[in-house]
Amino acid sequence: MTSLLASLQENRDAILKDWTQQLRTTLQRRDLLNVGELESQAAEMLAAILQVGPATKLEEFGAPAWRPVKDLVASLSASRAALGFTPSETALFVLSLKPAIFTQIRGKWGNDGDRLFSEISAADGFLDKLALHTTDSYIHGRDQLIARQQEDMLELSTPVVTLWDGIVALPLIGTLDSARTQVVMESLLQAIVQTSSRYAIIDITGVPTVDTLVAQHLLKTITAARLMGAECILSGIRPQIAQTIVHLGINLQDIVTKAKLADAFRMALEASGRKVVRAERSAPADSAQRAL
Amino acid sequence: MIGAGIVLKSETVPIQTSGDVVLVRQRVRACAVEHRFTIVEQTKIVTAASELARNTLEHGLGGSVDLEVLKDGGRLGIRLRFQDRGPGIANIALALTDGYSSGKGLGLGLGGSKRLVHEFEIESSPSAGATVTVVRWK
Repeated sequence: MTSLLASLQENRDAILKDWTQQLRTTLQRRDLLNVGELESQAAEMLAAILQVGPATKLEEFGAPAWRPVKDLVASLSASRAALGFTPSETALFVLSLKPAIFTQIRGKWGNDGDRLFSEISAADGFLDKLALHTTDSYIHGRDQLIARQQEDMLELSTPVVTLWDGIVALPLIGTLDSARTQVVMESLLQAIVQTSSRYAIIDITGVPTVDTLVAQHLLKTITAARLMGAECILSGIRPQIAQTIVHLGINLQDIVTKAKLADAFRMALEASGRKVVRAERSAPADSAQRAL
Repeated sequence: MIGAGIVLKSETVPIQTSGDVVLVRQRVRACAVEHRFTIVEQTKIVTAASELARNTLEHGLGGSVDLEVLKDGGRLGIRLRFQDRGPGIANIALALTDGYSSGKGLGLGLGGSKRLVHEFEIESSPSAGATVTVVRWK
């Protein structure tokens, strides 16, 4: 009694021909992938499935022998996603192998109803799982992309800028939750040391919600900066944030706060012994007119 | 339950990770903007939601929030019902005291939230966890 896999092995050329025929009719994205590439992928996939050896069963999808097939499907899914295929189109690639295999099964066990049924359901279940695996791989790839982007954002969104000699500013934008706040705090303290700054302005214009956790993080940062000899000025407190802070009962009385970043900058300049004055205009056009 | 009137809209947001707290804030803000709450009212209800969602996560070991839009006669309101499966709140009066925290926070979250909304209610039992319901009218 031959197993299904052994029988498929014998007729692999016929199966491949059937499958590629099927793929040609179902493939609608000829702009993304040409027929030649598609056929070589199909041949590779079929070879991988038939390579597992006669001891492996289609029903045991978790078996280690299927690992190379799963890896192939995963890499196929990733490359197709990069080309712009949807996950269902990639799954359809695997599912379109069904008719070719069912035809073989029918040719072999067409007279034995019970056997026919059991082989078809085994092959069907296997290909369904393989197709689902393409979707899983696709989602896994997306998750990794999102995680990487989140890390990028943590670093990108915390630039400490030097406004003047001895004055640094940290314009905060977006959500301040634990992981990000830690990065923000460290980069500010680092910048204070590197630039030997006496004044640090933390601007929260771009922070939509200031709750007790955000306030606590800000207070800790300001206290740490103070320990290092830098005075912090909190700016960008909008009217609605000010009212909310009052209702929450957060005490910011020991902290210098300003409504606008410009006010905080002016204050830091004045506190460090500088004065901003408007320069006298001596426009060339004016003097030319006077000379006439 | 507090908050009279008919429920116009209802949705449930799970609170299992700190990312969900961000999601709760976004949903509440979108809802407040949609129903034309002023910017100060939006900020107050969103901040209260942020505090209570974080309490649900940290003290209640996760749970969910029901976000509802109420219409009572001529006025519109937003009702938030935070439910958790944690150990419950042993002493509600103490938990509401400013400066008291069973964790490492400032101890202002619960009391502060109460001041940011119009109606506030806590139900708690050691077996069923805690439920905090707040309503803010427009």
